[in-house]
Amino acid sequence: MFDFLTEYDILGAFWVTVQLTVYSAIGSLLWGTILAGMRVSPVPIMRAFGGAYVNIVRSIPLTLVIISMSLGLNQTLGAALGGDVLTTINFRLAVLGFVLYTSTFVCESLRSGINTVPVGQAEAARALGLNFGQVLRMIVLPQAFRSVIGPLTSVLIALTKNTTVASTIGVAEASLLMSEMIENESDVIGLVFMTFAMGFVILTLPIGLLLGRVAKKATVKR
Amino acid sequence: MSTEASGSGGASTGTTPPMIKAASVDKYFGDLHVLKDINLEVPRGQVVVVLGPSGSGKSTLCRAINRLEPINSGTIEVDGEPLPAEGKALAALRADVGMVFQQFNLFSHKSIVENVTLGPVKVRKASQSEARETAMELLERVGIADQADKYPAQLSGGQQQRAAIARALAMKPKVMLFDEPTSALDPEMVQEVLDTMTSLADEGMTMVVVTHEMGFARRAAHRVIFMADGEVVEDSTPTDFFTAPKSDRAKDFLGKILTH
Repeated sequence: MFDFLTEYDILGAFWVTVQLTVYSAIGSLLWGTILAGMRVSPVPIMRAFGGAYVNIVRSIPLTLVIISMSLGLNQTLGAALGGDVLTTINFRLAVLGFVLYTSTFVCESLRSGINTVPVGQAEAARALGLNFGQVLRMIVLPQAFRSVIGPLTSVLIALTKNTTVASTIGVAEASLLMSEMIENESDVIGLVFMTFAMGFVILTLPIGLLLGRVAKKATVKR
Repeated sequence: MSTEASGSGGASTGTTPPMIKAASVDKYFGDLHVLKDINLEVPRGQVVVVLGPSGSGKSTLCRAINRLEPINSGTIEVDGEPLPAEGKALAALRADVGMVFQQFNLFSHKSIVENVTLGPVKVRKASQSEARETAMELLERVGIADQADKYPAQLSGGQQQRAAIARALAMKPKVMLFDEPTSALDPEMVQEVLDTMTSLADEGMTMVVVTHEMGFARRAAHRVIFMADGEVVEDSTPTDFFTAPKSDRAKDFLGKILTH
């Protein structure tokens, strides 16, 4: 019943999905943290930029963001992000798009985490002579991160599934293969769906379980 | 350095400047005038206790001295240097001013000894080992060396507050500010914190202590400032203040707290 599977490189396609997810997750966490820093910074222009960025980018559908990476950034502006073959270029463009988009959700999760850190923590740090960056880096963000592991997990799981949008610019991840298989194996269409659904569950479940455990361990006791 | 040039008014001539000098300080929270024309000089080595009913502005005054509360007008100088605006210079000044809070504010995600070494390592650029050594000495001194590797939430309030004092002392501050250090403590833990503060006072530390502990004011203070409605109403020695208060506000205040 499942012999059709052997004709396709399903593992290879999911491996691309994993790579998209991992690179995008790292980028989003970094850029999202910087954005959150901007949104709470004492410098008005940074706060304005952070606020505008988050509110605009998270309002644009992801498909649009990804397509604009390909059509706008690559084909119109000629950015290749250091890639030479089309598959590499598209992969990098997709990662960039996911980072730009997902970071807004990382930023907002973190910002709500920052609000859970009592003001006194930052005051005590400032009273010791730490500057704004140090206070944020050493005192506020470590505590904020621990309190938002739950929401961040949801963001990362959403990101994993969102990587399917990369198929719109031809990145050969799982969902692109699925479309192909749906056309070629229309007699077992249900099985094709199930296979890919299971694949995503297998990818995302451990993220939830692992981070759930981390969250339990890392809780800041007050 | 520019100790003289920056001094407003010509009161302090030559010699060393006062440790803290506030001149015509005004502060508003919206429409509320919380500090009204405060003028105050604290010479080095002096222990000043600030008393007053809640809402009198005493905490605000304490927090204004290291600019945790910016003031609206007037000048505050610490060791002859006017308080800088936000930035590097302000951070450097704060490093020299120890602060102890009502809610302790120990860093919840760091162990006690990490709380004490953070400032020296990151601000004073001390080495980790040398900072740890000093930290353990200080923790020994405040009597909680055996708790060094625990987290703040695992300690009692009194122990946390003593750790907070050690954290402030680790910066080798010129002056210590205490903002109601015992108000959040269970009654049986107040004494251990006051004892730590008293020994600090005996060693000649310049201290500004906002408190409701009259016993401490009598025993350890050189000077009592009584504030009401944002103004300094009385400025005298503890003996004079407690035995012969001049103003009605102070008489009323003492009458209320000493009768129960």
